[in-house]
Amino acid sequence: MSAPSASTRSRREFLADAGILVVGFTLFPRSVRAESLGLEPGRSTAPSADALDSWLVIGRDEGVTVYAGKVELGTGVSTALRQIVAEELDVAPTRIAWVQGDSQLTVDQGRTVGSGSVKRGGAQLRRAAAEARQALLEIAAARLSVPVTQLAIDDGVVSVTGDASRHLTFGTLIGGGRFERTISGRAPVKAPTSYKVVGRPVPRVEIPAKVTGKHTYVHDVRLPGMVHGRVVRPPRVGATLESLDEQSAAKLPGVIRVVRKGTFVGVVAEREEQAVRAAKALNAKWSAAPVLPDAADLYAKLKSLATTQHVVGEAGDAASALRSAARPVRATYRWPFQLHASIGPSCAVADVRGDAATVYSSTQGAHQLVAPVAALLGMPSDRVRVVFTEGSGCYGHNGADDVAADAALLSQAAGRPVRVQWSREDENAWEPEGPAMLFEMAGAVGADGRISAWTYDAWTPTHGARPTRDPATLVAGALVAGATPAAEFFSGGGERNARTTYVLPNERVTSHAVRSFPIRTSSLRGLGSPQNSFANESFLDELAASAGIDPVELRRRHLSDPRALAVIEAVAKRAGWTPRAAAPKRGGVAGNGMRKGRGFAYVQYDRTEAYVAAVVDVDVRPDTGAVRVRRVCVAHDCGLVVNPDGLRNQIEGNVVQAISRTLREAVRFDSTRVTGVDWNGYPILRFSEIPEAIDIDLIDRPDQPSVGAGEAATSPIPAAIANAIFDATGARVRQVPLTPDRVREALRASKV
Amino acid sequence: MSQPSTALRIRVNGADHDVAAEPDTPLLYVLRNELSLNGPKFGCGLGQCGACTVHVDGAPRRSCVTAVSAVAGKDVVTLEGLGTPERPHPLQQAFIDEQAAQCGYCINGMIMRAAALLARTPRPSRDDILTAMDANLCRCGTHMRIVRAIERAAAGGATGPAGREG
Repeated sequence: MSAPSASTRSRREFLADAGILVVGFTLFPRSVRAESLGLEPGRSTAPSADALDSWLVIGRDEGVTVYAGKVELGTGVSTALRQIVAEELDVAPTRIAWVQGDSQLTVDQGRTVGSGSVKRGGAQLRRAAAEARQALLEIAAARLSVPVTQLAIDDGVVSVTGDASRHLTFGTLIGGGRFERTISGRAPVKAPTSYKVVGRPVPRVEIPAKVTGKHTYVHDVRLPGMVHGRVVRPPRVGATLESLDEQSAAKLPGVIRVVRKGTFVGVVAEREEQAVRAAKALNAKWSAAPVLPDAADLYAKLKSLATTQHVVGEAGDAASALRSAARPVRATYRWPFQLHASIGPSCAVADVRGDAATVYSSTQGAHQLVAPVAALLGMPSDRVRVVFTEGSGCYGHNGADDVAADAALLSQAAGRPVRVQWSREDENAWEPEGPAMLFEMAGAVGADGRISAWTYDAWTPTHGARPTRDPATLVAGALVAGATPAAEFFSGGGERNARTTYVLPNERVTSHAVRSFPIRTSSLRGLGSPQNSFANESFLDELAASAGIDPVELRRRHLSDPRALAVIEAVAKRAGWTPRAAAPKRGGVAGNGMRKGRGFAYVQYDRTEAYVAAVVDVDVRPDTGAVRVRRVCVAHDCGLVVNPDGLRNQIEGNVVQAISRTLREAVRFDSTRVTGVDWNGYPILRFSEIPEAIDIDLIDRPDQPSVGAGEAATSPIPAAIANAIFDATGARVRQVPLTPDRVREALRASKV
Repeated sequence: MSQPSTALRIRVNGADHDVAAEPDTPLLYVLRNELSLNGPKFGCGLGQCGACTVHVDGAPRRSCVTAVSAVAGKDVVTLEGLGTPERPHPLQQAFIDEQAAQCGYCINGMIMRAAALLARTPRPSRDDILTAMDANLCRCGTHMRIVRAIERAAAGGATGPAGREG
């Protein structure tokens, strides 16, 4: 720590003499952040969210360093959050450096999940930046002997209004020092009408590095002395290790250790290719495994297991309304297990030595990963530090946490820093899967042209099995304990958007949470929302067709929220929606016997978040059943838009990924294991299958708080596609993925 | 450290390198771990996704299934060999201009494959682009922007300002 400079001392003396509000600060040690926050070096205790110094530091060089708990998962949120800080602090975004997701150095803002980074994380950072701005104004007011009201800030320079010659920079006001100030929440924030940075399409800060190979992903972390590990997982879910011929791998070139702990097996070698070879060569004998449900009986199995039943929402008397309905409609929908399927398999680097560990991980919750990893290593939590480093995509609870535990165990065993990257097979077979769902819907439209009855029942395993403090919630921890990682009912998530936002006089929405399932499941982008919305918005379309009512009009009749009606109006206008009555037109026939159709769907994400309406145009080939999405129109309202181009990028990504999930994706498994362990076994959308256009109408509402946009636009797409296929052909496909076989089968059933 | 049985020399981004790896080692591991070139990425190790794509004598090759010995005497170019953040290749600049990345893990393969396409077909049709890029996978759903970036580069408009909205 360097001594306070003369100018610092004179500034403090001046402040004291001035006799007005003194904002204390002390010199900030530039090199050791943890020490500056009063944390013992090496101790993993997150900085307090109440202290301004926990959030940002201003250097003598005028640079601003922000310490954010929310992390960049490829969605552009680190740029959007920078914009929020830049706006409130009055500095150019380019002067802001960003430290994110470090369990020792950043505030615990909660996991980066649920489209909450701008909404909740951004609000916290806005308050911190506003507090810092207020503090800087007060220091400047004291030094310039003018009231705060006579000061203005432009890009980190505070000047006296009307006398620009009297000015002080942020760096001279506090550079290197601490604010020593609690975030009061009372510092004035700017009016959105005055925003200059928020609301602008600021280019994402990390893209130049990403397109030139200079961005550091967790896959690219290299530590001195680092070696390479690979895991050897049981070949069948639930198999235990009967014997292991360690010599089969240990004798190979470069192999440092063969590690066995319970059913956890891994190898460590000097070079990556040596670790790969050793893992393949390792001769292990595994027990037989419990039998998984037959893929053909999956949905019957889901319905047969023990559940926790929960009425998500209820109005009127749906059962009697249904009994008295003249034309009740019933339908069953099915959604399969799906993968996060990041292009880069999960990877982590761990450096475990003696009594301290550092783990580099693309986890969504660096702070939350500390406890289970520490327990796995047999260390106190305050000796384990988790440092977020961006991974390959995310899309929810993928393998990031699990591979961090793998790396930690192998590093501890080898006594060296170890990098572990899963194989493609490890990834597809062992990442937590997005859960399958079964829906039984019933409803009716009354003589008044309104929905008179609506019932929903859904069966699904947990959508939320994040690591807890228990190391067995990580694959490695479960294997060490000789247990099978399975889908246990930790929390729901399947209920997201189970109940629609339509105002229905008689409805009953019941979830049946499957308590345990042999396939391990957790959060996949949107949790239950895309699946629930597939069922709800398909079924509403079926009700509209049964009653001869335009499907857009039927939705309007049950909505009064002006923002809901606005996105519906906007997308109908943009797409040129032509109101239609009952039966589908059985397809405008294009070339090659191609049928054209268009479908509509609307969802307010999680019932209180972003409003999204979509119109999808499809071509269907009746002879082959092939479906091609031609054009997608989306109207999107997530309140105040922070970065319109970043938002468009997210919406486009949601749409393309949702098309992929709807048309292509299902986890294949046989009676003992996942079989779809490469890109042929788990196909995703390719360039030749993308739409010709994704046409987006952003409805910016600066007077409304920002809500998340990382997931919302996925939700209406699956039903909009199914509804478009129905419009094109009269055939209703109720099981995802909407494969050519299923489309042909539905065509036969509809006798078209 | 085990000793390599042979010493291999490969030429990458215009410079010669002696490598310690066994001859059958996938080129990808040599580029990443011996030459610290992080552009090419491991995606599947099966030649299915394209994340590891490099140029070998100007043609796109999947470095995860290419033995390092197979490129001896040939010119290997990686993403780093095209340009830098300060001086990006026109195609890299087009990806920046179109903001054509989300997580960006696949982007190495996208740019390397597209660069090879444009070298062969300077003014590709949209169908040419879709056909050429069909072998590469992206999970974030950035396809629309990737196609636009390739079209922008092909049109020679790759030096415009970033950001498309006013």
